[in-house]
Amino acid sequence: MGGFARRFAAHRGALAGVAILALVVLMAATCSLLFEESPWAMVAEPLQPPFASRDYPLGTDMLGRDVAAGIAYGARVSLLVGVVSTAVAVLLGVVVGAAAGYHGGRVDDLLMRLTEFFQTIPQLAMAVVLVAIFKPSVVSIVGAISIVSWPPVARLVRSEFLTLKEREFVHAAVVIGQAPMRIIFTQILPNAMAPIIVSASLMIATAILTESSLSFLGLGDRNLMSWGFMIGAARTMLREAPMMSVMPGVAILLTVLAINLVGEGLNDAMNPQLRKRED
Amino acid sequence: MSFLTFLLGRLGKAVGVTLGVVVLNFLLIRLAPGDPAEIMAGEAASSDPTYVAQLRRQFGLDEPLPWQLWLYLKGVVQFDFGYSYRNRLPVLDLIAERLPATLLLMGLAFVFSLAVGALLGALAARSRYTNRHRWIDSALMSVSLLMYATPLFWLSLLMILLFSVSLDWLPAFGMESVGAHLAGWDRVRDVTAHLVLPVTSLGCFFMAVYARLTRASMLEVIGMDFVRTARAKGVPAGQVIRRHVMRNAMLPVVTMAGIQLGQMAGGAVLIETVFGWPGIGRLMFDALLQRDYQLLLGVFLVTSAMVVLFNLLTDLMLRVVDPRIEPRR
Repeated sequence: MGGFARRFAAHRGALAGVAILALVVLMAATCSLLFEESPWAMVAEPLQPPFASRDYPLGTDMLGRDVAAGIAYGARVSLLVGVVSTAVAVLLGVVVGAAAGYHGGRVDDLLMRLTEFFQTIPQLAMAVVLVAIFKPSVVSIVGAISIVSWPPVARLVRSEFLTLKEREFVHAAVVIGQAPMRIIFTQILPNAMAPIIVSASLMIATAILTESSLSFLGLGDRNLMSWGFMIGAARTMLREAPMMSVMPGVAILLTVLAINLVGEGLNDAMNPQLRKRED
Repeated sequence: MSFLTFLLGRLGKAVGVTLGVVVLNFLLIRLAPGDPAEIMAGEAASSDPTYVAQLRRQFGLDEPLPWQLWLYLKGVVQFDFGYSYRNRLPVLDLIAERLPATLLLMGLAFVFSLAVGALLGALAARSRYTNRHRWIDSALMSVSLLMYATPLFWLSLLMILLFSVSLDWLPAFGMESVGAHLAGWDRVRDVTAHLVLPVTSLGCFFMAVYARLTRASMLEVIGMDFVRTARAKGVPAGQVIRRHVMRNAMLPVVTMAGIQLGQMAGGAVLIETVFGWPGIGRLMFDALLQRDYQLLLGVFLVTSAMVVLFNLLTDLMLRVVDPRIEPRR
């Protein structure tokens, strides 16, 4: 594990990513302590410029809502949706990929056709349709993002399974009579974890971007303040108050960038033999 | 494998995916909470009971489920995508009117991002190979990392802020100047000016993707024996890159570009919404605002079909360029 930490730390970008991410997590965890009022509450004069007053450091929007509070509460939604939808998508992808790769033949054919179908159709458009028809809520948003993002995991897990199931230790497990389920979960899957973890970390970033796109289009949860919604609402005032649109975007950019950097660091740390080639 | 079997196989797959989307649309309406007829009627449901009753008859909602699916499929195959109550027009007419604008936007963004992306990726790979101007490589990698993290709709807003609001160089809204009634070349010039911001905004992200792909693909080819042979017999480095590496590295890039078209179609929804571009992406946003679900599903189906068709064309083109290609999994 020491080697893992050293290899991770050798990636300076990854360390910066961890630092930014820690700040975002802290912000999400403490937002209700920092801001007593709900981010939806109209607390002051509307359209105060940012960096002008001590009470509202990032200014207020056109309805007099505190922009700083919105950004802090938005971190919560972004992280929540990003992590949960990725967890669900990875679960789906592992089940499909493992079944396809382990059983092969007809099952593989059928499942891969399904995977290809979901990979071909436009993901964002499908997420929009899903959330619109099932009414915008955290559950429908998480569900929609999971449904459009599992296919790459399934393909990855399948290809790992195809190579791993021919290895000697798996043959040995078959010979001593272990049940397929047990072989999948105790022999093959643990050996396929490294690439799954790396791609899961990158998927969180994509999920956050998708969530922001959905809420930008007005498909966010009406009870939760999110960064995409803030930009969507501020867009009509782009000329008069550009910073109102710019600031939540910076929050998304930094968070997603940090997660991608951490993902790269994980990749370097978990696949040291690939490092040389990719620099 | 003969070209004909290849063509038939790919065609079959394309039709299969498109029919899959139709079935998916059907299932979505059935699975959604509430009465399917009222969902399809959208806001008309509360104001017009006769319309809801007509929908119920049309889709056979009192009949068994497989029969409903059959009726729905039959309708779609005959290009009956339903009726937009809000716009008082058939969904197909609404989409057909908007489709050219989207095709123009996506086509240009695709060509722009692939051409510039491949060029930048090649420059980066070259700078690594020749070990000169290594900053090109690191700059490209950093910029693409930044692009990967930038929300498409936010980048568009920044572009508007810079080039439209601050500098006042380019128009930020619509496809043509309102009320200008231009004709001939003046009109072409006007539309071109309106195209610049949406195309670059949509293209930037994909440019970064293709640049990275090109770079990775070229670095892989550079490691191969025939490249070393070419260098050893004295071919100059620049020529090796252009003649030997680039040509072999581009095929996987174009394949990936084809696969990612679906993502670009999703991006078009955001871009058209921000720039008020009169395409089907904007139509999808309007359908969302108006809760016009027949229109929404129609746009989803046409967008998917468009992506499937583009994929088919890319596959055929690649097959013509390189006959060794088998249908991809």
